[in-house]
Parts: sequence; structure tokens; C-alpha cells
Amino acid sequence: MHLLGYQFSPLWTDWLVYLLVFSGVAFFLYARRHEHLVRPWRQVAQRPLAMAAALVLMAYIVIGLADSFHIREQRDNGGVSDGPVFSSEVVSLLDIALTTLRERQEKTYSAPFALNSYAKESIELAAGAIVRDYPRLQYGGAHLEDLSQRQADIIAKALRALIESVLVFLVITAMLNYMLSRRQAHGFSRQLLLLIRGDSKLPWRSLLLTGFAITLTSLLLVRLAPYYHVLGTDKVGQDVLYLSLKSIRTGLVIGGLTTLFVLPFALTLGIMAGYFRGRIDDIIQYLYTTLSSIPSVLLIAASVLMIDVYIQNNADQFPTIAERADARLLFLCLILGVTGWVGLCRLLRGEALKLREIDYIQASQAFGVSHARILSRHILPNVMHIVLITLVLDFSGLVLAEAVLSYIGVGVDPSMISWGNMINSARLEMAREPIVWWSLVAAFIFMFLLVLCANLFSDAVRDAFDPRVHGR
Amino acid sequence: MDAKVTTQAAAQQADILLRVNNLKTQFSTHRGTLRAVDGVSFDVRKGETFALLGESGCGKSMTALSIMRLVPQPVGRIVEGSVHLGDVDLLQRSEMDMRSVRGGRIAMIFQEPQSSLNPVLMIGEQIIESVLCHTPLKRAQAKARVLELLDAVGIPDPVRRYKEYPHQLSGGMKQRVMIAIALAGEPELLIADEPTTALDVTIQAQVLALLSDLQKQTGMAMLFITHDLGVVSDIADRIAVMYAGQIIEQAGRDTFFSKPRHPYTCKLFESLPRANKRDESLAVIEGSVPSLLTDFSGCRFVDRCDYAWDTCRQRVPRWLGNEEYGVRCHRFDGEVEQVEHKLVEKTLETKIQAQASSHTLLKVDNLKVYFPIQKGLFKRTVGYVKAVDGVSIDIAKGRTLALVGESGCGKTTVGKGILQLITPTLGRVEFDGRELTTLDKKTMRGLRSDIQIIFQDPYSSMNPRMMVKDIIAEGMIAQNTVATRGERDRRIDELLQQVGLSVDSKQRYPHEFSGGQRQRICIARALAVKPKLIICDEPTSALDISVQAQILNLLKDLQQSQGLAYLFITHNLSVVEYLAHDVAVMYLGRIVERGPVRTVFAQPAHPYTEALLSAAPTLDDESQRDVIRLEGDLPSPAAPPVGCHFNPRCPKVMEECRRLYPEKVNLDKHHIVRCHLFKKE
Repeated sequence: MHLLGYQFSPLWTDWLVYLLVFSGVAFFLYARRHEHLVRPWRQVAQRPLAMAAALVLMAYIVIGLADSFHIREQRDNGGVSDGPVFSSEVVSLLDIALTTLRERQEKTYSAPFALNSYAKESIELAAGAIVRDYPRLQYGGAHLEDLSQRQADIIAKALRALIESVLVFLVITAMLNYMLSRRQAHGFSRQLLLLIRGDSKLPWRSLLLTGFAITLTSLLLVRLAPYYHVLGTDKVGQDVLYLSLKSIRTGLVIGGLTTLFVLPFALTLGIMAGYFRGRIDDIIQYLYTTLSSIPSVLLIAASVLMIDVYIQNNADQFPTIAERADARLLFLCLILGVTGWVGLCRLLRGEALKLREIDYIQASQAFGVSHARILSRHILPNVMHIVLITLVLDFSGLVLAEAVLSYIGVGVDPSMISWGNMINSARLEMAREPIVWWSLVAAFIFMFLLVLCANLFSDAVRDAFDPRVHGR
Repeated sequence: MDAKVTTQAAAQQADILLRVNNLKTQFSTHRGTLRAVDGVSFDVRKGETFALLGESGCGKSMTALSIMRLVPQPVGRIVEGSVHLGDVDLLQRSEMDMRSVRGGRIAMIFQEPQSSLNPVLMIGEQIIESVLCHTPLKRAQAKARVLELLDAVGIPDPVRRYKEYPHQLSGGMKQRVMIAIALAGEPELLIADEPTTALDVTIQAQVLALLSDLQKQTGMAMLFITHDLGVVSDIADRIAVMYAGQIIEQAGRDTFFSKPRHPYTCKLFESLPRANKRDESLAVIEGSVPSLLTDFSGCRFVDRCDYAWDTCRQRVPRWLGNEEYGVRCHRFDGEVEQVEHKLVEKTLETKIQAQASSHTLLKVDNLKVYFPIQKGLFKRTVGYVKAVDGVSIDIAKGRTLALVGESGCGKTTVGKGILQLITPTLGRVEFDGRELTTLDKKTMRGLRSDIQIIFQDPYSSMNPRMMVKDIIAEGMIAQNTVATRGERDRRIDELLQQVGLSVDSKQRYPHEFSGGQRQRICIARALAVKPKLIICDEPTSALDISVQAQILNLLKDLQQSQGLAYLFITHNLSVVEYLAHDVAVMYLGRIVERGPVRTVFAQPAHPYTEALLSAAPTLDDESQRDVIRLEGDLPSPAAPPVGCHFNPRCPKVMEECRRLYPEKVNLDKHHIVRCHLFKKE
């Protein structure tokens, strides 16, 4: 499949990400027609903090998705073959959007907004003399004569971004206000007053302010990043901002895909154990008790080492570095899923045990409804809130788990850009003198924001779905 | 003359312990302001029992909580009115002062003793806490006081019970402990919020008797909250009826029962099932209680009232009378122009009893359901809970057999055993000539359309995530009774109309319906597969009286028109009297007496039946009633007493009762009893 000189070549994890997005959209369409599914979401939508968090999460997801469309660029075929020839390097839409960041690679470390490198080098002066000094960066601040112009330049660019984002904010606010005033049949100015006071059913004010913050940040980066290394560069001179943005996909994939592997195990086994009880329950319980007594780090380490050996022995199946890293990422998700279903399974078993004694299940049995139908029509829909709450709560834990696993070296492939790997390399950077702090800080900020938002959002989801919180 | 009235009033004034005046409690919800208590005024005098009567959701519990200043914060608040305890206005007191009032001057007991006790503390500890808090006693003296209290509430062997935990006590015992805790502070007023609703009739009789004894001894006043007219007639001195947040009628006990005035109260009396109404349908109060979110511009009862005319819609009725005796209805207001009432005489159509057919539909013979008690690592069976221990019943086509007994006697298990939802340990269940216990699962599945079940709790008996039409269709799909989708939809409409619901309710979810409507949906669901027998497992005990009447009427109509047979499992004897043809009384897994309703109720043979009948509170004149008070609780079915199971509680116990389980004795052709008092001839 190729288009405009690009070949669409998705990786394994890409397909699964599409599957995840597809099921998300399908669930949304299904839920829209079912009042009992819409109600809790409506409750979530009325919480300002949750909606602000959701908007930030959306920003992350958009970046992650853009990074999940992998393509190869067409190369000059040099007359060797008839058909088009494509580069062996797989890049994503995000990579293309960030080409400037990706390609402006310095020699080694440089601090944020620096004009000079962070390491001394022998520089040959015009006169031929050689001095050891911090050389000028090849790209960072290359448009400036010297350091004295930097401050003014940054301020000018930041101001421009600020003005632009204020404009965008005003336009969006006006459009939204117009829309709302049409729908609510208020006057434009009265609606505006209501909006400013935060007097609306959905928390539009919080959404607008969060939107403004996101616009401002991205415009600042758009204006500044092409000229400076906003977050500095790493050991091999790669832009840390680029690394941080690329890590988003890794984090989301670990957090999201693992649930795909958790669900089948936890759902089928948990519900079956609770509903059938007796011997089936015993077997499933033994299974998960055994599994949960194995230290999961040990299991993960062993499996990851195994897949490493497999990849090395079958190198021909993984032609590109990206594919190799991807295989390992997928396998990591799988193994996290296999070790991670126990908790949810236990919860579902307990709930199913409770549900099977409830009158409506007994009524179905009195009708002679088959077990499969009882499980799918009665038990499954009534445990879905637990599944949802657990998955949303687990998400942030998994993102953090990736960082920890990569730190101890059994996480994603070292060539894969991830927060874990960034933190891992920061181990050495923090030990050197003078210390390099920015890649750790960058990874920390990006991860912190994602996990914080996920937690805020999941709190709201739990409150809305947990029957104990808001009664019948 | 005037002077005399004033002195009388002054005397009454001095007598008054609690004076509630125009109390208003509101809740702010996202749908608006909920007026839970809307201008309630009443007095409670020293030493009397004042009953607050009303259906669920009418604001009676919230009135009690407002008096204690325990309204849930911050959603609820008391917006207006005063609550005077003696000379003190409780609503003006600080929170600190209130803490000495609660449990000290006013104590409260609740409906569910299970959840009111802390399961990890010894009961003695829980009582002593209250003693130490409200009396100046030191710990050693306090312990003696606790033992005294336990003795006072009729708990045998207080020294041993002191060290027991709540789970070791039965429901009745727990309620006694709750009463002991309430008495610890020697309160002037005891607020009892449905204290006997969760208890069985015999235990209820014990607790009610205990409360009135204690009242005589201590001279405390009682504010008794209940929905049960029978209990009210047993215990109350004065009565106030609440409806939708207001008191609509107030009177002394005798006046209240002889001359009820408000149309609502009158209807309540008429809707009670009783033996003498057997051949007619019960009066029902149409519709349901209006939402308390409404801003009422007229009478709250107007939509359900037979007498309503224009004024009732336009003007809020005022309180006529005084704090002693009054009513809130335009019919009694001299200043309101009255309208001639031509009551649409709702002809209480006489029901012809369905022809008793000799064709036996269900024959249960010696049914036994044992649950093994397993212990230890290898789950060794160490004994059995004999939930059902040799039950034999039979039901003819179109007849109703009531299975009566206290909770825990195994009556629900009998129902499930007949349905084969629980595999019986032993015995035969013959339905329409086919033996069910030996059938394989597949054949049984095909026969399931013949026997259906209706459950007690209409809230848990429907999947909250399915629409009504899917709920009703489930049985039809499973049993393949209708071929096409169109036919199925038609049948659903038909069923909904049959149970008195509108056709458009099929597109809605269960939570949008009230309890009574849900029970109708459950009935429609059962009817969908055209059963011959419906097992009704306490179908009305979770419903209010007025709604109960609707459901009972519906069940009776359906029996008439479709020739259904019912196995009616219940503990409510007045329902049995109204609805059933035959009755079987169950005690600890066995049937102790069986026979036609009229015979059994008129001449109960077994002492247990006798006690049950006398313990059930009725509206009939007290003087003729001689309550046989049963001691103790239902023994555990894991270790039933040797000999007759009833012997530890039986007032007529004899020597041989302790040795042998009595044989079956036929008193006449249909009346069977198992008791040593009756000998085989």
C-alpha cells in the first residue's frame, strides 16, 4: 500500500493500537444508545478536574496515535528495479512532523537553550591555533551571533507564541459561546457571563482554560524548538524534547495494550470461577494463586531474556531495528498482561459469586436459559464497571512499571525511545560532573503529567461507576 | 369555664415532653430541593407511645433524624421550625450539647439490628460504652449496670452473653441488645424507627411486649415509627399519619381505628387483606406517592383521592383541629365550599372462587434438602444443615397453597427445590404426572416454562442493565415459545397490559419503576412462558400496604382468568387468609400443620400455629386477643432439638415431646397435624 511516495508499513503493536482505538470507538457508539452506560459517563463529564485531565490525556493520545502510523519513504530506485523502492527506515507521522527536531543532531550533551556544547573540545581557530573550549552548537541557536542576543530572541518568540495562543483561545471561546447561546437560547453576552462564572452543565470553563494551557505550550514549542534545544540534548546529541515526545507512544502502548492481554484471561476465568464454583473454581483459583506467588519481576526478566535470544537467533524475521524493538515491546505487554490478570480475576470471581445468588440470575435459571447466555447477558454486563475501574486505575501503574523495568534493564529494547530508557541513561548522567539533569527532568515531567492526569480521570471514573458510591 | 380550659391546657403543657413545631427538613439534590419533612408539628407526652405511621419515603425516618439533629450533612438541612425537649430548643443547641442529648435524654433504635452493632466488639463492651458515656458510674459499677440492663431486656444468662459477639446472637437478641444500649442513658424519650420490621412475627411480639413493659417500668415516652397498622394498633396511644412529608391526620388510638377521617387513612384500612374480604378484590390506592421534589399547590393526595374536586387542586388544605386531634383535608373544612360526592361506587366485584379441581398439579413427597457442613483442609463433611427435612405438599390446578413460617425455617428452599434450582437430597417432586428430580438437565430445561417464580425483592430480581422488553422476552427466547420477533413483541405488549402497565414501558429500564411496578414486570416475565404453577416467594413483603393490595388483586385476577396455581411462600398471615385456599405451616424444615385456610385459621391445632396466629398484630379489638408469647428463637437447623422440634418453645410441652418426633395425625380429611396432643385413633 503506497501513497504519495510513502509506503504504509505498520508494526505489530500498531495493529493492536488500531484494534484498541476501534474497540474504544465501537464501545462509544454502543454506549450512546444505552442509557445505563451513558449515565455514569455523563457524571464523569460534569467533573471539571476530570475533564481537564481528560483533555490533557487526549493530547497525549493524539501524539501517541500520530506516532503509531508508520511509513517508509520512497527512495530513488536508481534504475535498479522497476517498482518503487522504499527506505528500510520506518518512520511515523510524528517523526515526519518533527523532522527538524529529529535531524538536528548535535555531537553530545548541551543544556536547554544553550548555544554552546556542554563538553569541551579542541577547536581550531581561524589563525590555526588550537584551544580547548566549549564549541558552538551546530544547530542550537545557530541563527544568533552570540549569547547576548539570546534573551531578547527568546522573549520575542515567546511573546509571539503567547499572542497567537491568546488569539486561538479567543476564537475558540467565541465559537463555543456562539454554539452554546444558540442551543440554550440565551443571548450571546448573557451566555458569555454564564461561561465565565462557570455556570454550565459541562465544565466548559475548565476545558477552555486547559485548552489554552495546551495551546500555549505547543505554540511555545513550535516557535522555539526549531531554533533551540528547548530541553537540551542527550549524550549522542539527540534533542531531549524529541525523545520525550517519542516516549509517549511507548508509555501508552504499555498501558493500553497490556489491558488487551489482561482482559481475556481475567474476564473468562474470573466469571467462570465465580459462576460455576466447585471444581472449575478450584482449578482457576490454584492457577492464579500459583501464578501470583511467582515474583513477577523474575518472570518478566526470564521472559524478556528469552525473547532476546529468540530475536537474535531469528534475525531474518526482524529486518529492521524498529521491528525488533517492536517485537520486544509487544512481548513485554504480553508478559505484563499474563502476570497482571490475577488481581482483576480475583475481583471478578468475587463479584460473580455474589451475582449468581441474585434473584434475576435465579429467575433466568428458572427459565432454562443456558449458562453461556446467563454469563454473557447477565453476569458480564454487571461486572463491566469493575473491569473499567480496574483498567483505568491500572493504566498509570503500568506506565510507571515500564519505567522501572527499563531502568533495571528488562523493559523495552534499549534502542526504543522510552521514559524508562531515558531515566536509565540518567543514572550515569547524574553521576558525572557537572551533572546533566535535563533528560531526567524531562522524562519526569512528561511521565508525571500523564500519570497524574490518568489518576485524576480514573478517580472520577471510579466514583461514577462504583455502585457503592452513588447507590442504586 | 374558660379558666378550666386554661388550667387543663396548662396541665397538658406541663405533661408535654417533646414538642415539634412546623419542622422543615430539605435536601438539595441536583434535580432540585427535596422537601423530605415539610412542616410537621406534633407533641409527645411523658410516658406515652406516639406512633408515626406512613409508607416508605414519606419522611417519617427523616423526622426522627431531624429531632436528633442527625440529618446527613451537607446535603440536608433543617430550614425551619423548632424541636423543644422540655424547655430546651434542640435546634438552637450547639453540637457539643447535642451529644449529651443523644443517647442521654433521647435514645434511638433502628430497623436493622444487624448493621447497628459493631461485629468485632463484645456486646457487653458496646453497652458499657453507652453507660460510661451517659452516667457518672465507674467502670466496675458500669459492668454491673450492663448485666442489669441485659437482664432487663430479657436476655438470659447475662454474664455469659456479656462476652459474646453480635454474630452469636439471633436477630431478636440483637434488637434486645440495641434496646439495652438505648436504655443505658436512661432516656426520657426513645425513638424506635421500625424496630420490628426485620423480625419474625413471634419475635416481633416479644420485642413489642418488652418495649411496653420497659415503658411501664421507666416511664419513658416512645416515638414509634412504623408502616404497619397492626403494630400501631398494638402499641400506640396516639397516632399521626404522614403522607409526602406532612402529617395528614392525627388522633388517639381508639378514635383513629374507629373513625378514620382522611381519605388516605380510610383507603389504607380498606386495602388491608383480611379473611372477610376473601371473595372480593381489595380496595387499592391508585398511583404512587408524589415526588417530594414537587412544589405542591394543592393537596398532596389529590391524584389518588376518590373525593378530590377543584379546590383540592388549587388550595393547600390547612390543618383542622389541634395538636391532639386533627386532619388535613378540605372535606372537613367548614370554610371550603363542599361538593356533593357521587362516589363512583367502585363495585367491588365479587370474585367467584375458582372451581376446585381434583386434578393434582404438583405433588411433593418427602422432599429433603440437606446442605453439608464442611470443615478442615480436605473439606470433610461433619454434618448437615437440614434446611428441608421431609416436606410433603400437593397443589391442585387453579388453587393456592400458602407455605407459612418464620425466616430460616426452609420455606424458600422448598420453592427452589421444587424448581430444581437446588438439587433435592431426597424425595420426589411430581409435576403434572412427571417426576422432576430424576430428569436430566435438557428435559428439565424444556419443562421449565410450566413452573415459574416471583421473588421477594423487586429491586434485585431484574437485571438493571436490560430493558423491560428484553427482561420479559428472555423466557420466551429460552423456551422458544414464540416463533417470530413480531409475535414476541405483540406478546410483550399483551403481557404488559395484562399486569396493568403501559405498553411504552417496555423501552425503559427497571430503575425507572417503583417497587410495585417492578413486581408487576416480574409477574409479566413469569407469565410470558405460560406457566401452570407460580411459586411466589414473599412477593409483597417488600411493598407498602397500598401497593401490596394492587399486587394481591392482580395475582387473584390472574388465577381467575388463567387458572394458575400458586405456591405462596410468606410470613404474612393476613395475606394468607385473603389469598390462599390451603395453608401449610412450616417449622424448622418440616410441616407441622396443613389444611384448608378456614379450618386452620379458625381452629389451629398445633401450638406453633396457634402462637403464630396470636402473635400477628391485628386491628381487631385487643380485649379478645390473648397473645401466646413464644420464648426463645428458632433453633439451628444444623442441630435440631431431639424429639419434636418445637418442644423447647412449646407452651404445652409434654414428656414424650422431648423424646419422639410426633406422627402425622389426620384431624379430618384435609386437616393434618404433627403433634403429640393429638393421638391417632
